[in-house]
Amino acid sequence: MNQVPLYVAIPLGAAFLIPLVGIWWKKVGETLAVLTTLVLAAMAISAIGSPGVVHHMGGWTAPLGIALVSDGLTVLLLIAVNVIAFLCILFSLKYMTAYTGLVKYYSLFMLMVAGMNGVVVSGDLFNLFVFLEIASVASYALVAFGVEADELEAGFKYMILGTVASTMILFAVGTVYAVTGTLNMADASREIATRFGGGEMNPALLLAAAFFLMGFGLKAALVPFHAWLPDAHPSAPAPISAMLSGVVIKSLGVYAMCRVMFHVFGFASASPSSVIIANGMIAFSVLSIVLSGLLAIGQWDFKRLLAYSSIGQIGYVTLGLGVGARVLATGGTRTLAALAILGGLFHLINHAAFKSLLFLSSGAIQHATGTRDMKMLSGLRQRMPITAATTNFAALSISGVPPFSGFWSKLVIIVATIQAGHPAIAAVAIAMAFITLAYYVKVQREMIFGPVRGPAEAAREVSAVMYVPLIILAIVCVGFGLLYPVFGNQILEPARDALLNGAEYVKLVLG
Amino acid sequence: MTVYFLCAVLLTMGLYCLVAKKNIVKKIIGVVIMEYAVNLYLIIIGYKKGGLAPIIEKTTTPAMLERFVDPLPQALVLTSIVIGLGVLALMVSMVIRLYEKHGTFDMSQISKLRG
Amino acid sequence: MKGMTLIVRTITDFVVAFIVVFGAYIVLYGHLTPGGGFAGGVIIACAFILLMLAHGKEAAFARLPEKAAHIFDSAGALAFLIIGWIGLSGGFFFLNVFGRGEQFRLLSSGMIFPLNIAIAFKVGASLFLVFAALAMFRRRSFRAMIEEELS
Repeated sequence: MNQVPLYVAIPLGAAFLIPLVGIWWKKVGETLAVLTTLVLAAMAISAIGSPGVVHHMGGWTAPLGIALVSDGLTVLLLIAVNVIAFLCILFSLKYMTAYTGLVKYYSLFMLMVAGMNGVVVSGDLFNLFVFLEIASVASYALVAFGVEADELEAGFKYMILGTVASTMILFAVGTVYAVTGTLNMADASREIATRFGGGEMNPALLLAAAFFLMGFGLKAALVPFHAWLPDAHPSAPAPISAMLSGVVIKSLGVYAMCRVMFHVFGFASASPSSVIIANGMIAFSVLSIVLSGLLAIGQWDFKRLLAYSSIGQIGYVTLGLGVGARVLATGGTRTLAALAILGGLFHLINHAAFKSLLFLSSGAIQHATGTRDMKMLSGLRQRMPITAATTNFAALSISGVPPFSGFWSKLVIIVATIQAGHPAIAAVAIAMAFITLAYYVKVQREMIFGPVRGPAEAAREVSAVMYVPLIILAIVCVGFGLLYPVFGNQILEPARDALLNGAEYVKLVLG
Repeated sequence: MTVYFLCAVLLTMGLYCLVAKKNIVKKIIGVVIMEYAVNLYLIIIGYKKGGLAPIIEKTTTPAMLERFVDPLPQALVLTSIVIGLGVLALMVSMVIRLYEKHGTFDMSQISKLRG
Repeated sequence: MKGMTLIVRTITDFVVAFIVVFGAYIVLYGHLTPGGGFAGGVIIACAFILLMLAHGKEAAFARLPEKAAHIFDSAGALAFLIIGWIGLSGGFFFLNVFGRGEQFRLLSSGMIFPLNIAIAFKVGASLFLVFAALAMFRRRSFRAMIEEELS
């Protein structure tokens, strides 16, 4: 027995145990949540470098039964999801004391983690949809957790749009089943490759791909499907914003899109339908990069600015992956596609680290000063040195300043885009990188540096439980860049190889 | 072929209801119509002309097994109905809370977050 | 929350027991006939919701206290997971390690039978709690709502 199904079973068990125990002892729920996420994070880190594993549920071998698959891409996302979940739970221990009904909070958090882990390890299209729904519904409830008018409205909008996206994904799953006759992703991939390899795809499959792009694009908050994110992320409690922006939009949106597009539909060389799909990915990502940069500059609410920034950075990730897909689909060199995909995946894990760090520090600032309006805050560096230092690190990293990690990933994406023959898109990406730097410098000038005035006067540094996650994430921001030769080979390159070689995936699952 | 087209018409009607109506409860009904349209689509995928219900009883012969409709989409639809129920319950409770806070069901007066 | 008229209350008293028995039948024969845990659980929850509608919330909570519903809810889901873990003794989650029995009898098909019962508890308790939570909100007067809609 391998540990792949434990990633789902352990948080599910905790999610149902916490309300049961919480009827009598309220505090036990928090310890249980911390322990569960610690165990999951340890399991995820210990899975680094392990070969691909398959677990057949109920003893039914694929393609008859449901398979849970763990390959290089899965391990990358499992590490991101579980480690950041652990740090956010640590942060919530002190931050959420202002809210009531905490037993439900921890239970929903565990459900969200179980859903995300399930999406990542699932080897079956409908299983992916079910876990995606579990995570989404848990996140809808968590966004509207403190039931004020703003949060309810944001949560309601997120919920309606998310349900429409899930409906589209279910439609696409049904269409793939109707054309290929199977729901297992490896089997569907083999069917599509043998029946349509190299030629025109069945129009129904192209329709399914379009619906998948729309559904997963909405979960990943790509423009033009981004309308829920600027309202939902600021209104949620800070650790939930960190989870949402840091891992949920990546696990439910980008990972699912990659898995379905690269493995089920496949980017067999010189196939016109695959070129259409890759062009779609690139178009959405360019729109996201441009629109988010322009909209983020004028923001004075710190968390809303961070939310717009998220849209842009996910645009960078999808740009890297889309360029790699297009290179594969038009028959280009595999090393160029490998470079682009590596850049996209590197930026994915970087963004998980520094965006959750930024949202957690905004939570710390809100906990200490009571506001997140940048016009009213100033000079936090004197009063909250640790929070200010970690926010500086994250801001420099996300703007792409060397030697922080964000610089390297953006550099790889832009170099790959230029080499693939899209100099205009690369120029747009570079320009928007400067605009990102501009609004993060604005954040630093308004909030962190400067004389102390306003609500910042009464602020003091937050407690240890809240700043230890900030420090760990800040170390990751710096470390990923400098220590790339150490961790890049172990974590990133297996993920890149998993995306490049679709045939390996089929062989792993179907034997 | 017409049945798939009618499913698409139902999906579009749900989408129209979601987009064009101002009352929040009508928007929710639009989402529910969309979900049920996709459920219908899934069941229709598995249909066979002159098919039997895929239940094995004591009187089932192997010849009858050939005429069963596909049971896999039916399992998918069961799960999807349950998911729809959960989401509907959450949406309705949010709407009730919104009504308590704002006193109206009109979406244009509720949406205050801008920018 | 107030109850309803005398006719509704009397008929409810007659009918509730039959609804629960019917729901239990759908649950227990779930592996042989259409239905199963979810559909049976919904029917059982409908019986308690009917009690709540006809007699008011207090009477429904006298029959099924809120704390008991919460316990059934979490315990049902945990029982489902534990039965899945038991399958690990054969090497895979949800492996059917219970005895299969004869075909078409009530106690057959191994693990599916207790799974149906666990799901029925969870779904029934959950739906009842959802309805109780929705019924908690204060009802504004009907006339005021109509007047707001017209203006």
